[in-house]
Amino acid sequence: MKEEKKGIFAKEGVRSVIASLICILGGLIVGFIVLIFLAMFNENIPLSQAVKGIVTVLSGPFAAGNAKDVLFQLGNMLFKATPLIMTGLSVSLAFKTGLFNIGAPGQYLMGAMGSLLVALSIPTTVVPSVIVWILALLAGIALGVLWGAIPGFFKAKFNVNEVIVCIMTNWIAANVVSWVFDGSRFINTPETKMNFIFKTAQNGVATWSFGLDKLFGGSYLDISIFIASLIAVALYIVMNKTTFGYELRACGFNRNASKYAGMNEKRNIILSMAIAGGLAACGAALWCLNGSQDFKWNTNLVLPADGFNGIPAALLASNNPIGVIFSAIFLKYLGAGGSNLSAYTSFNEYVPDLIIAVIIYFAGASKFIKDLLKRGKIGKRRAAAAADTAAAPPDPGGPPAGEVGDGAEPPADEGSGEPEADGTDGAENAEGGDER
Amino acid sequence: MIFLLQKTLIYTIPLLIVALAGMFAERSGIINIALDGIMIFGAFSGALTALLLRDIPFFVDHNQLTFVIALAVAAVSGGLFSLLLAFSAIKLKADQTIAGTALNMLAPAIALFFIKVFYNKDQLEMTPALNSQGQVKDFGYSLKNGELNDFLKIFFDKAYISTFIALGLFILLSILIYKTKTGLRLRSCGEHPQAAASVGINVNRMRYLGTTVSGALAGFGGYVYIATVANGQATGAVAGMGFLALAIMIFGNWKPLGIALGALFFGFLKCLGGNYQRVPFLKALNLPQYFYYIIPYVAVLLVLAFTSKRSRAPKAEGIPYDKGMR
Repeated sequence: MKEEKKGIFAKEGVRSVIASLICILGGLIVGFIVLIFLAMFNENIPLSQAVKGIVTVLSGPFAAGNAKDVLFQLGNMLFKATPLIMTGLSVSLAFKTGLFNIGAPGQYLMGAMGSLLVALSIPTTVVPSVIVWILALLAGIALGVLWGAIPGFFKAKFNVNEVIVCIMTNWIAANVVSWVFDGSRFINTPETKMNFIFKTAQNGVATWSFGLDKLFGGSYLDISIFIASLIAVALYIVMNKTTFGYELRACGFNRNASKYAGMNEKRNIILSMAIAGGLAACGAALWCLNGSQDFKWNTNLVLPADGFNGIPAALLASNNPIGVIFSAIFLKYLGAGGSNLSAYTSFNEYVPDLIIAVIIYFAGASKFIKDLLKRGKIGKRRAAAAADTAAAPPDPGGPPAGEVGDGAEPPADEGSGEPEADGTDGAENAEGGDER
Repeated sequence: MIFLLQKTLIYTIPLLIVALAGMFAERSGIINIALDGIMIFGAFSGALTALLLRDIPFFVDHNQLTFVIALAVAAVSGGLFSLLLAFSAIKLKADQTIAGTALNMLAPAIALFFIKVFYNKDQLEMTPALNSQGQVKDFGYSLKNGELNDFLKIFFDKAYISTFIALGLFILLSILIYKTKTGLRLRSCGEHPQAAASVGINVNRMRYLGTTVSGALAGFGGYVYIATVANGQATGAVAGMGFLALAIMIFGNWKPLGIALGALFFGFLKCLGGNYQRVPFLKALNLPQYFYYIIPYVAVLLVLAFTSKRSRAPKAEGIPYDKGMR
């Protein structure tokens, strides 16, 4: 990149990482303030508890005390990060195509249902368990693809806001899953009093752990975290190095321009949502196929949190698939801290949720933060920065969508000097005016 | 039959008022996807208020007063909470969908965190009111008028004071947005903020106004929902009612009359999901409950697909206001 001389903030990637770190810091500070506030107004909680609380959240699994517990919590953290990586990838892929996939919880549930049905109904006495495992994974993914394609279809065909459709499909999925399992033979009545589905290990289907579970103090860890990471790397390559990925991203930058360039933007929207659905479902399937997990079948009132948390995972990683691996693990790190929080302090497990929500709140404004960084280091380019913010919102979907100029590439990447950048912005504005 | 109609009305009111909330924000140019979260927040603060008031002897005998105060607190706290969205969308020029999602996650986190800290529970239950027969399940909020004729019964028997407040607000605000200067200014900011600014309208102030009214209405609706529909339990969710209201707003084409029709329609479907067993011929069909739960959501999809052609969203919604843009 040309700007290397101009300092580290000139690089878009670096700015993204720093913006994410600022968001995280902001979330932690707000979380800390809440704890202090609570300690001040509640005589049962001494002020030192607030400090202990935030330290506990920050230490994640390491707050567990002895080495064995730390290892155990670390292993579980990595295992629990697996579905989150997948839903994070799902959300980030849709984001890249300019779509907001808030339907990951529904896709996740459908994936869980598909994989559980297959893993529990094909007897491993007849078919080798490896085959059953693969079939179950594929079945889960297939249902997720189908479920993700619905919002894509509505968006492409009827131009209905995908957020609404995603939310409706979430609740439909939640009820369908309950409907399918209600009264079925898959419910583990003897052990769990009707609450959960049988574990897939019951049928001898379980993801291989190659001793990882024992290494990490008897946790649930298996190789699924590596599968998810591999998928993330593959997705990175597809999105950045192939024509197909380029088409998807072009569609996200500017739908009309990609259409004008001869790409089938409707097909791309449907495909993007379908793949996103498949990814989220794959996460659920990997979680279920671990073999030792209890899946709560009566989902019709509650949607899985991992589906929604894919959004912060994607946002923190600036939609970079590789980054999602780390952001997902980070979120589960905070989650582990939260569990320790309720065990060791007067606070409870909802603190990480609070912090994560604040992090997303700041992440929504990450464009603002990035522009601040840019402005601070490369001199006063107010005009450029302002035009940049105005031009880039990834349009959550009404008909006036395409009218915003194609400003997703910041001017800093296009030209090396100030006048040049201004020129580009002028042209963009003029273009916007013509469209109107 | 009367029972079903009464119930439909009860389900309709929160949807109606929250869909109107969505309309106010979007007409001013801010996408308020946080309706669900604001409802949760309003429900939480309303329930907390009601609980605290119960400890004061005076309010034990004045259930209606308690209800009205709790509604007011819910509305105020919803309005304050929505300032977070307004600040992020207007000042930070953030992506409004993401900011709204953040609020949707923040509200349950705050509610559950404080419920757990103060009450060591996962949900806040309002204590039932006491009367001569013992505990009353609906907190003494409902108005009993059993001696009326059938038609009046629909509106006034087992009715809630919130229903009339909501209907009054609905009419008042519909007039406000269409017949007053402020309303016209607010709408112009959702269509073409630069043009509005050129004639001296303070776009940011209008957008703050729209979002705050929206938040207040959504908070109000949230408490109405838990007090009348959800057995007085404030938890980390309102069963997706906020999103359903958002869909109703789109169905109603961002207009009050359309919203009223949509709310009635979906209120009926929602009511059917909870009470289908009271309808003899539906009970005879012997379909699983989930079928009736799914109907409203599928209906939303179908309706959106069929109405998408004539759907006309405010032109500038979701786009941060920038003076320099034309």
